[in-house]
Amino acid sequence: MNVNQVAENLALSHQEELVDLPKNYPLSENEDEGDSDGERKHQKLLEAISSLDGKNRRKLAERSEASLKVSEFSVSSEGSGEKLVLADLLEPVKTSSSLATVKKQLSRVKSKKTVELPLNKEEIERIHREVAFNKTAQVLSKWDPVVLKNRQAEQLVFPLEKEEPAIAPIEHALSGWKARTPLEQEIFNLLHKNKQPVTDPLLTPMEKASLQAMSLEEAKMHRAELQRARALQSYYEAKARKEKKIKSKKYHRVVKKGKAKKALKEFEQLQKVNPTVALEEMEKIENARMMERMSLKHQNSGKWAKSKAIMAKYDLEARQAMQEQLAKNKELTQKLQVASESEEEEGGTEVEELLVPHVVNEVQMNVDGPNPWMFRSCTSDTKEAATQEDPEQLPELAAHEVSASGAEERPVAEEEILLREFEERQSLRKRSELNQDAEPASSQETKDSSSQEVLSELRALSQKLKEKHQSRKQKASSEGTVPQVQREEPAPEEAEPLLLQRSERVQTLEELEELGKEDCFQNKELPRPLLEGQQSERTPNNRPDAPKEKKEKEQLINLQNFLTTQSPSVRSLAVPTIIEELEDEEERDQRQMIKEAFAGDDVIRDFLKEKREAVEASKPKDVDLTLPGWGEWGGVGLKPSAKKRRQFLIKAPEGPPRKDKNLPNVIISEKRNIHAAAHQVQVLPYPFTHHRQFERTIQTPIGSTWNTQRAFQKLTTPKVVTKPGHIIKPIKAEDVGYQSSSRSDLPVIQRNPKRITTRHNKEEKL
Amino acid sequence: MKVKMLSRNPDNYVRETKLDLQRVPRNYDPALHPFEVPREYVRALNATKLERVFAKPFLASLDGHRDGVNCLAKHPENLATVLSGACDGEVRIWNLTQRNCIRTIQAHEGFVRGICTRFCGTSFFTVGDDKTVKQWKMDGPGYGDEEEPLHTILGKTVYTGIDHHWKEAVFATCGQQVDIWDEQRTNPICSMTWGFDSISSVKFNPIETFLLGSCASDRNIVLYDMRQATPLKKVILDMRTNTICWNPMEAFIFTAANEDYNLYTFDMRALDTPVMVHMDHVSAVLDVDYSPTGKEFVSASFDKSIRIFPVDKSRSREVYHTKRMQHVICVKWTSDSKYIMCGSDEMNIRLWKANASEKLGVLTSREKAAKDYNQKLKEKFQHYPHIKRIARHRHLPKSIYSQIQEQRIMKEARRRKEVNRIKHSKPGSVPIVSEKKKHVVAVVK
Repeated sequence: MNVNQVAENLALSHQEELVDLPKNYPLSENEDEGDSDGERKHQKLLEAISSLDGKNRRKLAERSEASLKVSEFSVSSEGSGEKLVLADLLEPVKTSSSLATVKKQLSRVKSKKTVELPLNKEEIERIHREVAFNKTAQVLSKWDPVVLKNRQAEQLVFPLEKEEPAIAPIEHALSGWKARTPLEQEIFNLLHKNKQPVTDPLLTPMEKASLQAMSLEEAKMHRAELQRARALQSYYEAKARKEKKIKSKKYHRVVKKGKAKKALKEFEQLQKVNPTVALEEMEKIENARMMERMSLKHQNSGKWAKSKAIMAKYDLEARQAMQEQLAKNKELTQKLQVASESEEEEGGTEVEELLVPHVVNEVQMNVDGPNPWMFRSCTSDTKEAATQEDPEQLPELAAHEVSASGAEERPVAEEEILLREFEERQSLRKRSELNQDAEPASSQETKDSSSQEVLSELRALSQKLKEKHQSRKQKASSEGTVPQVQREEPAPEEAEPLLLQRSERVQTLEELEELGKEDCFQNKELPRPLLEGQQSERTPNNRPDAPKEKKEKEQLINLQNFLTTQSPSVRSLAVPTIIEELEDEEERDQRQMIKEAFAGDDVIRDFLKEKREAVEASKPKDVDLTLPGWGEWGGVGLKPSAKKRRQFLIKAPEGPPRKDKNLPNVIISEKRNIHAAAHQVQVLPYPFTHHRQFERTIQTPIGSTWNTQRAFQKLTTPKVVTKPGHIIKPIKAEDVGYQSSSRSDLPVIQRNPKRITTRHNKEEKL
Repeated sequence: MKVKMLSRNPDNYVRETKLDLQRVPRNYDPALHPFEVPREYVRALNATKLERVFAKPFLASLDGHRDGVNCLAKHPENLATVLSGACDGEVRIWNLTQRNCIRTIQAHEGFVRGICTRFCGTSFFTVGDDKTVKQWKMDGPGYGDEEEPLHTILGKTVYTGIDHHWKEAVFATCGQQVDIWDEQRTNPICSMTWGFDSISSVKFNPIETFLLGSCASDRNIVLYDMRQATPLKKVILDMRTNTICWNPMEAFIFTAANEDYNLYTFDMRALDTPVMVHMDHVSAVLDVDYSPTGKEFVSASFDKSIRIFPVDKSRSREVYHTKRMQHVICVKWTSDSKYIMCGSDEMNIRLWKANASEKLGVLTSREKAAKDYNQKLKEKFQHYPHIKRIARHRHLPKSIYSQIQEQRIMKEARRRKEVNRIKHSKPGSVPIVSEKKKHVVAVVK
């Protein structure tokens, strides 16, 4: 122990020396310079030697650390048992920066550990291999999607890369070819003379020069101009197209008129400015007129005119068009000479009468009134009356015409006219009554006993019509309704109830439905009292009447509802009773309940019945081949004779005994056909997951008998297509869009020649 | 009286030329064409029968070698040219269209162990038992000149196989170790070893061309990376692997022909379980080659037959054999995927159709349509027992047939024993090993 201590001390002192010597740094303040240091060491050595003899063994207090109270006599023994740590030594050093290098050295010494032994060669190789394998696997995994795609592909066509036809550039073709025949030479001479280039760009030097000559600004301007022109043209075209699309005849008429006016103006101007040219123009117009006169263009012999003539009877516009055309014809065919006007006119009208259909003629007779209904009614009425009324009507009609310029208002006018007609008729009748002329002109008069009743009736009708017209104002009315009214006219009594009931037009679908219902109820409602005298009173009350009816209907429906819902209500009444019963039987066990629930079912009998049926069904059937009426009389109610039936009845052979013959509680099905089973798949094949799936694939036919040609081709595309005689190269990274590794596959060693040489040297040595 | 007449537009039925097909108006109303499934079934049955009737795969036998054919090589640019090396050191170049030998070279003393063509098709390499690697020109020498190799490399050990890189002037040989050679140098660029054993074959990956696969006689398959000059992984199987072949369409798939009568298709990233175990041979499988479409491969076996396997099926779809064909040593699938060549012990190279009943030559469009339709019908109804039986039926030589029976019995016995063992031992104590895992002994990193 002692020795150890001494050695330790020595070591310590030595270390101190090591530390101190280079810098000569004082450890304590009290101690002086180097000479005193040497003295101290000497002292220590002596002490150590003396302590070695062992006799006067006393514990030496040693100072191992710098302390504040150090004196020659009392040496502190504070750190005697403690070990000196490197940090303690360094403490004072910390303050001075000049010792940084030493500090660093020390720390390095401190941190150093023992170096591990190098791995053996196998281990290293293993690690290398593993790293290399991982790298390679990573490289290979880029092929995964490609492989998957190819495996799942509907069709693969080999070879994969498309062979593109090699097109040699024209220079190559030309360089190996020379003009030989005189024609070729001539052509080449021409080409060379013009310095026509053979290769791209195909521009002669002249062209090139001209291209270069045009400045940029010029070119820009030129381009802008061109652009503008193109834009204008396109605008114009678009406008023309739009105009062409307009279907309105009126518009076109206006346009035509405008054009004609313009032409006339121009012509007038021309007359002023250049009479000779104007004359020529005149001649041209005259020619056109002559041509027109010669042709039958504007007469009613054309297809269009004929069709219009047919329509003219019903269609106002058609009639107008027809008239217009005739007018034009007249205008065009008029001879310019006005020698004998009256004769000509007469002849013209004659011709017209010949050409124009009857209906149109009628209209022409009174040109001022284009309303067809007027004339029709007139014709239906006595002609005399019409002629009488004519002067009266004229001003009114003229006024109407002004008002009925719009197409919508026309029906209104018509109705008004109708009303007036009625009134007139009434007046007529009054006159006739006054004259006591009993004329059975219409059914009305025969039926109606008094004329006053008729009057009131008619008034009511007129009121009705007014209402109608009002209601119709919102909707676009059609002319077809008017004739209806006219038809109703001869028997207004019968029509009246309907008219009264449906004062307004049905507005919505719901109302329509209601109407339908109403119709079915009408049979009952019809016999309700319909007093003629009350009619006038009723008409204003018509509206409030309608809701009443509705109410009635609702009531009826409610009643029906009640009737139909009666059964559920009954059931709901019954349910609680059952529940009550169940509540009563709650104590009973479930078995009882089930027994009760299936009380009506006789399972055993059902099963027996089922079995009997199965047996019957599985029995082979007899075949009856008798032909009624063959060899004997046949007919309805006649049966072939028993003998014949017996003769042609083929009895089915008794089959083998049933397997469940002696098993009363079992039905063994004998449906399975062994012969068919040989052709049936027993287990579900691999890729399918459900038998339904497999059946579906089998049931969809792929042949051309069941599929169109295209579908057939699609269904029968082979999975792999190869071309005979074409070499199929292995797949390449470029084929599938990957970049092939640009680096060569040559090993690292070759790229690093130093290693090769060493290895080769080794080999040579070996 | 109204008279109704039929009026037809002749455009609808008159042909433009007499070579056109007659236009037949069709009504596709299904009610008019009933029984579609039974009718198609019968058509499928007939198609299957016809396929068997027309299955005549054997095309030609190329004779001329004076010893067993040991190796075959395809010309990369020319479909008609095939090279073969025999056990007496003779190399022959054949023309398939004329079915004759166009050139004969006495290349080596002893076996020609391996032969391969350069990717451009201008020259080819052979290795032999005389420890030499020789490069030859594809075109023969001029008249009167002697057959001489372009280069000869004298090695220290016997080389057992050779393969050329698919893009660069580099080739690999195998023997004691796998050597990568530059064509211009007489020393290998690098040699890679992992353990010491004789390596029987080495193959470059056709897609990721820096990858190599080799198989050694200590039952392992080793993969190498040429760029990093290091082996990658090793898988040890039950028995020795004779050759491997990479799938030309799937970069990471290769198939190994094993001595235990099976072929194993591996994904090289997961070697512990093969993707598929192909079993049908009854003797050691000696060679395997992929169809260029990557969908099928052909294997040659010691049992005197070659079989065609779909990549994703464990059973073969076709077996070819002839009475005179002995142990088949090498097999190749031609680059247009239409033919198969095999070289066997009895000195002949045989040419087969890859699709036994396929009609050779140009097909008219109607023939093509009928062929496609029949093919689809066969596919559609392939699971029907009747059709399946006919499609699967093959006549086999008695030796193979009896071997199959025998092996079936053995296999069944083994299976029964295993089932019994599982049944009579504590549950979980006997692990159930799948067929795929059964044959892999270990994967070494």
